[in-house]
Amino acid sequence: MIEARGLTKRYGDKLAVDGLTFDVRPGVVTGFLGPNGSGKSTTMRCIMGLDAPSAGSVHVNGRPYADLPWPLREVGALLEARAIHPGRSAWAHLWMLAQANDLPRKRVDEVLSLVGLDGVARRRVGKFSLGMGQRLGIAAALLGDPAVLLFDEPVNGLDPDGIRWVRNLLKGLAAEGRTVFVSSHLMSEMALTADHVVVIGRGRLIAEMPVAQLTGSSPRRYVRVRSPRLAELRAALEADGATVAPDSDGALAVRGLDAPRIGDLAASLGLPLHELALQQASLEEAFMALTEHDVEYHGEAVVGLPPPSPADRVELDTNGTRP
Amino acid sequence: MTLAAPTQLGSPGTGRLAPLPPGRYGLLGALRSEWTKLRTVRSTLWTLGITVVLGIGLGAVAAATTAARWTTASLAEQLTFDPVRVSLTGILLAQLAVGILGVLVMTAEYGTGTIRATLAAIPHRRLVLVAKGIVFGLVALVVGEVVSFAAFFLGQSLLTAPAPHTTLGAPDVVRAVVGGGLYLTVLGLLALGLAAIIRHTAGAISAFVGILLILPLIVAALPSSIGGPIGRYLPANIGVTLVSVRSDPASFAPWVGLGVLAGYAAALLVLGGVLLRRRDA
Ligand SMILES: Nc1ncnc2c1ncn2[C@@H]1O[C@H](COP(=O)(O)OP(=O)(O)OP(=O)(O)O)[C@@H](O)[C@H]1O
Ligand SMILES: [Mg+2]
Repeated sequence: MIEARGLTKRYGDKLAVDGLTFDVRPGVVTGFLGPNGSGKSTTMRCIMGLDAPSAGSVHVNGRPYADLPWPLREVGALLEARAIHPGRSAWAHLWMLAQANDLPRKRVDEVLSLVGLDGVARRRVGKFSLGMGQRLGIAAALLGDPAVLLFDEPVNGLDPDGIRWVRNLLKGLAAEGRTVFVSSHLMSEMALTADHVVVIGRGRLIAEMPVAQLTGSSPRRYVRVRSPRLAELRAALEADGATVAPDSDGALAVRGLDAPRIGDLAASLGLPLHELALQQASLEEAFMALTEHDVEYHGEAVVGLPPPSPADRVELDTNGTRP
Repeated sequence: MTLAAPTQLGSPGTGRLAPLPPGRYGLLGALRSEWTKLRTVRSTLWTLGITVVLGIGLGAVAAATTAARWTTASLAEQLTFDPVRVSLTGILLAQLAVGILGVLVMTAEYGTGTIRATLAAIPHRRLVLVAKGIVFGLVALVVGEVVSFAAFFLGQSLLTAPAPHTTLGAPDVVRAVVGGGLYLTVLGLLALGLAAIIRHTAGAISAFVGILLILPLIVAALPSSIGGPIGRYLPANIGVTLVSVRSDPASFAPWVGLGVLAGYAAALLVLGGVLLRRRDA
């Protein structure tokens, strides 16, 4: 459980985090979203007690981080910047952390094999690839078998296999009843991983809600259908009360009827369907809509984040849709 | 580099949340952690290796040279000759290596970001500094004394007749030899304190070298009415007095000097501790 109450962090004139109040609950993956420079990493550092809040507070398991009796056994964190001496071996890095919190030596070997680094345990970290370094950071986070986990951009530098592995890891950790708080700027990744999201912009809270609500509440939600007998299908759908509009590639965008109903209707009329897919606003779009006015750094063409591409949407819809 | 595939499971091992053991983290864990950190980086080996080589080697060279030239030395040189100090000449260079290690113990953590992992495990920052001070201090003490005694014995054995040599039994000799190791230790802790304040390797090393090497030059350039009384407060001066058997009336008595030096180190460490607590990591 993480509880932020009016959390504020000021660096000189710069207000990095501005009165954030939110809860991160156990048992679900909570995504932490915000454009670049919106204060995600700063919030994470405040949770860890690395940076002191200018005002407000943040508690982990009911207390400030600094008051935790066994910090690593209670909170595990993968922070944004690398936190590992390149001259030390992976094993030595984890061992020195384990010693600080009286964790057994065998736990070091356990987490190293858990992240697949057991073969390179004695190698100097400086020789590690970005992905290996990231895995070592994850191993360090898991070291104390903590109930609360923070991950700042955990899939940075990972290949698709690694990304899938992290996604499953996060979900598994949450399923075990842990509190999992993960920031990412890959919105489509969050759609696949997070159950709940905390969205911030310019250090301020914009939304805190279930992912399904974030994507589902958008007017961009519709069902896309394709059929070789499009005109007949269209007439039937409209007769059933749907609003139909042409979509890209000669498909139809249907609003007002859900996908099962459309499928049943087509089947009853013997109309073949070549496509039937729920189109939700991707998290990216929902997120863009939410943070439009809160983007810190406006680029020329790109505003904080790359514009949502149709490819993202298709990926999301074919395997990422949540009820 | 091939990597084993990560284990395909979401459980980090136990599959359930283990209850917390009683008690809390403390100094013992912090000490073990610091000891592991110190012995698992190469810079420790390098700086301590240089300490040993310079500390012992330079004294040996100085002793051998003195012995070879003894008959041609002036009477004044022969009368003021201090066999202990000659054999411990290397200490005054080894101090740089020890100081660099003292700096790195702290700044390497900031430079590499390890400090965040360290403070995640031990949020009590002054405890981290105390643990560093104890572990590094003990290592510096052991290495410093070994170097000092080894340099003494090797140097005396090279001071062959007609050059005079001395033994541990002679007045003040044990003090000077033990003092050599203590001097390295306290100076190393002073460097650690500087590093806790400055937090950057280059900056902290510059400050340390400045105090040891540049400050004496500045003081020497001052008119003697001002420079004279200040000179005794310089760490380098205190070091020379400590490793000498002959006393110099312008300097502090050896133990007083060590006390002054320890005062500097303590003040810097306390300030460093306060700043560590106040500043963002
Ligand atoms: N130590 C610091 N000193 C001064 N300003 C800082 C510091 N850390 C962060 N900031 C500023 O605070 C703001 C928030 O930064 P932060 O790194 O928390 O954002 P973020 O959401 O993690 O961004 P990103 O997605 O790029 O990682 C930025 O404008 C940043 O420049
Ligand atoms: Mg960040």
